[in-house]
Amino acid sequence: MSDKTPHDPTPDDAAPNGAAPNGAALEDTRPSRRGMEDTKPRRPAPRELTPRASFANVLLSEWTKIRTVKSTFWTLLSGAAVVVGFSALFALAFTSSYDDLPPAERATVVPTSPMQIAFYFGMVIFGVLGVLVITGEYATGMIRTALTAMPRRPEYLLAKAVVLALVVLVAGLVVSFLSFFVSQAVLSAKNLDGSLGDEGVLRAVIGGGLYLTLIALLALGVGVILRHTSGSVVTVFLVLFVLGIVGGFLPGEWGATIAKYLPSNAGGAILLPRAEEGSLEPWTGLGLFALYALVVLVVALVLFQSRDA
Amino acid sequence: MIEARGLTKRFGSKLAVNQVSFTVLPGQVTGFLGPNGAGKSTTMRMILGLDRPTAGHVTVNGRHYSRLAAPLREVGALLDAKSVHGGRSAHHHLLCLAQSNGIPRERVDEVLDMVGLQAVARKPTRGFSLGMGQRLGIAAALLGDPAVLMFDEPVNGLDPEGIHWIRGLMRKLAAEGRTVFVSSHLMSEMAITADHLVVIGQGRILADTDMQDFIDRNATSHVLVRSPQMSELGPLMAARGWRVEMVADLSLKVFGARAAEIGDLAADHGMRLHELATVQPSLEEAFMQLTGDVVEYHAGLPEPPPPPPPLGDAPAPPGNGDLP
Ligand SMILES: Nc1ncnc2c1ncn2[C@@H]1O[C@H](COP(=O)(O)OP(=O)(O)OP(=O)(O)O)[C@@H](O)[C@H]1O
Ligand SMILES: [Mg+2]
Repeated sequence: MSDKTPHDPTPDDAAPNGAAPNGAALEDTRPSRRGMEDTKPRRPAPRELTPRASFANVLLSEWTKIRTVKSTFWTLLSGAAVVVGFSALFALAFTSSYDDLPPAERATVVPTSPMQIAFYFGMVIFGVLGVLVITGEYATGMIRTALTAMPRRPEYLLAKAVVLALVVLVAGLVVSFLSFFVSQAVLSAKNLDGSLGDEGVLRAVIGGGLYLTLIALLALGVGVILRHTSGSVVTVFLVLFVLGIVGGFLPGEWGATIAKYLPSNAGGAILLPRAEEGSLEPWTGLGLFALYALVVLVVALVLFQSRDA
Repeated sequence: MIEARGLTKRFGSKLAVNQVSFTVLPGQVTGFLGPNGAGKSTTMRMILGLDRPTAGHVTVNGRHYSRLAAPLREVGALLDAKSVHGGRSAHHHLLCLAQSNGIPRERVDEVLDMVGLQAVARKPTRGFSLGMGQRLGIAAALLGDPAVLMFDEPVNGLDPEGIHWIRGLMRKLAAEGRTVFVSSHLMSEMAITADHLVVIGQGRILADTDMQDFIDRNATSHVLVRSPQMSELGPLMAARGWRVEMVADLSLKVFGARAAEIGDLAADHGMRLHELATVQPSLEEAFMQLTGDVVEYHAGLPEPPPPPPPLGDAPAPPGNGDLP
């Protein structure tokens, strides 16, 4: 359809500079009220069918949104800084303490160990981005404008999720590879480093990017459900960070089993080249985490669809 | 065209909008008037599919809002609060809205130009004043060149120049044949811009009337005449072509005549006058009287809502006085 629109609503006959400040408030801008009925130009023919706003349109719109707020850049940058920085730091800790470790513990040190710990500290920041893309709209009222532009809410939420996922996937992969290479450089001092060719290592590093993506999606769901930035960030922090630590204190074999299934322990399993004692198989763990995220998103969608904006 | 039928919204125990039915026609400005908390914004949010009606339904161009193919190309809305992400620039805000409905991006600069925001287009909107926020909201409403426009309290925060501009804009949009639905809590504002008036109070429609009728009925000054010889004076005045309305046994409201003319007429016929006063009711008063009555109005009345007060009736044509 042509972009030429049938109307030009420019209020050229109401040029703002013509108004006297005191007269304006009482000025009747109507063309004489009484004689209007006959002269009023009616809307001509019914306009041609407007093209349906497609999912691609909404995706493009969401992409514009996510790239035009500073918080996106800053959360990704701080997430990257924490994960990469901590990878170097823990790699250093491993190399310096390696000689003093008992042999049993030495055996548990793998090339991706530093980044696994670093991810644990940095992951919540990627969750913050997931929270912000939706709570930022609730906090400012943008959500109402956005939903008048795209009232098909499932489509709207899906577009948001897809764009968020793509952005965090790209950033997450970069962060994951950087964190791997930085930590290997440090680990090489004690010949603890590995390479992407080693068994399970490439999968672990790529998996790290996927894991961060899923974290952002889970956080998006939390944000939709709670609609509040601080509440959502705290919830994500509790569910991922605190719950994972609490899991480590659960007593007995029973406790250890539960700990494996806690979100961040399950998801973090992907970062190991091989499954370890007390962790799920890598893909099983990440799959379980994806399931958690999916459940949260489904709950979010149901609420999003039924609630007033 | 907007059509609401039995539209109802309940927030907990609060019935914000109660069985509201009205039609907003194209080619005119329809004012949506009501005091604070009357349910104007809630009704508008239901029209836009933002709030789910508890009962009833509302359509825009014959369809539920969420079924519109490209909503921004059919409906433009200015919401009551600044509903914009403060961290995004005006340009990017409009761009993402345009993109979501497949509106060409040149249109963004066009509407920014129309509302006079081009100078601050690249600045984050959180620094915008109330009036600039309103202008941005109006730009967003115009983005898709829609046939239906809704403005919730558009003059809020605008300076006199801005108020003048928005009035002209609404008149122009209506003159182009568009449907223009604008809310306000100021009768004086509506009197200036609207052709048609839907009055809401406590969630109920109190009047749905032509603005001219409303003004004819409420804003024309009249002369209050009291005379012990009213049975003779009344017909004399009616014969002059003045509209006469009975107030009490011996007093009348006379429309279309000046007090001096009435006094002279009475003197010519040797009739005694006990009172002769020009009464100038303001529209604002008429509106307050209308909405002020609401509480007692629906207290003792059964469902369905009673017919609105006789504002919708066409006033008796001059010269045809409703004399006893
Ligand atoms: N989300 C909500 N939750 C609870 N009550 C609400 C909500 N929104 C509106 N209300 C109530 O519904 C009633 C109607 O509110 P609404 O905002 O529609 O009025 P309004 O006519 O727009 O008033 P104003 O002129 O002040 O803008 C008010 O009593 C308000 O308190
Ligand atoms: Mg309101």
